[in-house]
Amino acid sequence: MIQLNINDQLYELDVEKDMPLLWAIRDVLGFTGTKYGCGIAQCGACTVHMDGVPTRSCVTPVGVTQNKKITTIEGLNSKTSRAVQAAWERLDVVQCGYCQSGQIMAATALLEAQPDPSDEQINAAMSGNICRCATYVRIRAGIREASRALV
Amino acid sequence: MATDRIVNVSRRQFLKVGLAAGTGLTLGVYLPTLRSAGAAAGPGKAGGAMFKAGTFEPNAFVSIGADNSVTVIAKHLEMGQGTYTGLATLVAEELDAAWSQITVKPAPADANRYNNLLWGSTQGTGGSTAIANSFVQMRKAGAAAREMLVGAAAEQWGVSTSDVTVRDGIVRHQATERSVTFGELAERAGRQPVPVEPFLKDPSEFRLIGSHVPRKDSRDKTHGTAIFTQDIQLPGMLTALVAHPPRFGATVKSLDASATKRVKGVTDVVQIPTGVAVLAKDFWSAKRGRDVLRVDWDESKAFTLGTDEILTEYRALSKNPGAVARKEGDTDQAMARAARVIEADYVFPYLAHAALEPMNCVIKVSGDGCEVWNGEQFQTPDQMAVANVLGLKPEHVKINMLYAGGSFGRRANPQSDYVVEAANIVKAIQGKAPVKLVWTREDDMRAGYYRPMYFHRMKAGLDDAGDIIAWQHRIVGQSIIAGTAFEASLAQDGIDQTSVEGAANVPYAVPNITVDLHSPKLPVPVQWWRSVGSTHTAFAVETFIDELAVAARRDPVVLRRTLLKNHPRHRGVVGLAAEKSRWGETLPPNRGRGIAVHESFNSYVAQVADVSVDKDGSYSVDRVVVAVDCGIAVNPDIIRAQMEGGLGFGLSAALSSQITLNAGRVVQSNFHDYTVLRMSEMPDVEVHIVQSTESPTGVGEPATPVIAPAVANALAAATGKRFYELPLLVTG
Ligand code: FES
Ligand code: FES
Repeated sequence: MIQLNINDQLYELDVEKDMPLLWAIRDVLGFTGTKYGCGIAQCGACTVHMDGVPTRSCVTPVGVTQNKKITTIEGLNSKTSRAVQAAWERLDVVQCGYCQSGQIMAATALLEAQPDPSDEQINAAMSGNICRCATYVRIRAGIREASRALV
Repeated sequence: MATDRIVNVSRRQFLKVGLAAGTGLTLGVYLPTLRSAGAAAGPGKAGGAMFKAGTFEPNAFVSIGADNSVTVIAKHLEMGQGTYTGLATLVAEELDAAWSQITVKPAPADANRYNNLLWGSTQGTGGSTAIANSFVQMRKAGAAAREMLVGAAAEQWGVSTSDVTVRDGIVRHQATERSVTFGELAERAGRQPVPVEPFLKDPSEFRLIGSHVPRKDSRDKTHGTAIFTQDIQLPGMLTALVAHPPRFGATVKSLDASATKRVKGVTDVVQIPTGVAVLAKDFWSAKRGRDVLRVDWDESKAFTLGTDEILTEYRALSKNPGAVARKEGDTDQAMARAARVIEADYVFPYLAHAALEPMNCVIKVSGDGCEVWNGEQFQTPDQMAVANVLGLKPEHVKINMLYAGGSFGRRANPQSDYVVEAANIVKAIQGKAPVKLVWTREDDMRAGYYRPMYFHRMKAGLDDAGDIIAWQHRIVGQSIIAGTAFEASLAQDGIDQTSVEGAANVPYAVPNITVDLHSPKLPVPVQWWRSVGSTHTAFAVETFIDELAVAARRDPVVLRRTLLKNHPRHRGVVGLAAEKSRWGETLPPNRGRGIAVHESFNSYVAQVADVSVDKDGSYSVDRVVVAVDCGIAVNPDIIRAQMEGGLGFGLSAALSSQITLNAGRVVQSNFHDYTVLRMSEMPDVEVHIVQSTESPTGVGEPATPVIAPAVANALAAATGKRFYELPLLVTG
């Protein structure tokens, strides 16, 4: 049995220790906001927070996540995340939307660590998250706008 | 075209109402009547139970609930291009609804009602046609509903319809200061006659079209609640992964599934036409099962050439004339008397679509039909193909159109490839469980259906004054439509129009022009990729004309505008982009500015790109100024978004993406070796929209082909070197 703390709720899962967290979240627990895009930590679609740190759930075995606090897009509920999501909606950042849970998780973690990031800090924090629709112009603007609301 | 259709539909509706009254039949959302709660329809009569009792459904595209909700039925796939918002804007405009009361639902697969008006009797999304073909149709749907609401209000108040006004979802009688909501009128409106020829607004009265309305899908996509194919979970559903052959054309020789079957969670291993499917209770178990599957492949008939060998063959082919796509004047004679002849060869690699959601499809067999869940871009071909596999009638294949996590053309496959694969899997297990076919990123990248590899040879003759007197353009590459159901409609005189679009119709005024084509047949599966033929023709034409301008010592903007004398909309966007980018100003060293212009899908886009180049050959694209003329701008903010995203998509191919083959094997497998644009590489983008009263045309694709030549021309301006290959590599 694997014990997971997801969005402040404890779950017991009958899965192998090496199952990536992504598939435990999606296929076993049924939270589908976290997406599969590459499976090898290249695209960021699967980003969740583990103790507040943005983490690629596709390469994180559930075995190493016990006793950690995991937050998915469904569990986001901080001042920062609300500012990010509000900015995203106001600027209509999304296109197909498939990458956006991951983008929002990455942007939230960035602003929680650095409420007023420079362009370089934005690039560094966000370049692991691919958007094939290339919504990057608006992701950047969304981060700027959320930052203004926070600082 | 659209006008006739609506009229016919309305007439038929009256007949159907009469029939329904006599027989108790329920005919789905077509009825201009109130829906009763028990009206669930079976497969093929999809839409049956979409709405609650008391809902007013004047036509196939709009329904108004007693709760004051307005539901717009979208016949086109939302894959990021903003079509749900665009279609809803058109309905809301003529209905005079409040934007906030509108929700959008996907249409079922039913080509009788939801065909693409530019595609005859086929339902589907592509070619940047969603708004273009719906502009009148969806407005009429909204206008018809509005007239019925007005009629109902007039009846209720005993006043003339001409004294009733509608604004923001409220129906009013000014003189008596009475007002009522759509919801309050829905029941009575359902009893009004359907207007045969509803009155449409004059564009000067538009309130929503042309102004900013928020996207309808933003909230769900920002909170992780938007549902994609990947997210569908059905009771008892199995997840299937398929082992595909390592080379195109290889087949299964023998199979050892013993280790796979021992993996916990694996339920079935079945052979299907495209390989071997491993089914399990979840993705991870299926993946582990497939990892230990032992397949011996028969590669005796497989394709074994690599990219280099293909290129050698294409080069050889280019020495001889091909099938003529355009011929004006006498190119050979003009070339012979030219003072200068300039030649250039261009090479374009295969490209994967690499939508962030890899291909997938859910399918369930039940009773006498089946149900499909898919980011559905090609309803009619997919319905027929699935029916064919399962021995069903097409109308018994119910398709649920979900959001697609990108597509870029991939989900509109003429062979319905991955959809048919899912159908074959569910057939192989005798339909005992619903199946979710999931391709991994590696499967998606290696399964083919690429933008074809191309080789272009260009030649131009200049006279003493530097004027271009001869233009010869030869294209070599696989036909996308050969052997598909689209061959008949998209090929003319042996020419696949999708191979030569953007080249055969080169807009520049040159007296002697020849464009010809070789379409070699290779077993590498190919398909349309965002902006199709223009992905390569625009690069060849727009970098070559730039090279000629430099050779003739003409300014690239001035030369283009001179040669575009018969193409005012091209000229217009060139002028606008040049002006807004401050074309002509002096730049610091190691910086370059380049322009390109191209028409695709009847929309005109010019882009000016600014680059900085380092000594080591690395470069960045710093800013792109876009000018677009797409007729009436229905949703200006979505147009801006599609310009940003469309050029960003093209920039991946300009900077680094390519699929190569080695001895027939696809070399790339995931985003580490098929590299795509990331945040740090995205330029600033400035979009300018030309004011226009022309009918609206598409914006999903036309920005994509323009960026690579604009960047190449900027790099040439910065380095003095020309670029003939994509991706663009600057070498010291
Ligand atoms: S799915 Fe985890 S990084 Fe791409
Ligand atoms: S919005 Fe489509 S991948 Fe980012």
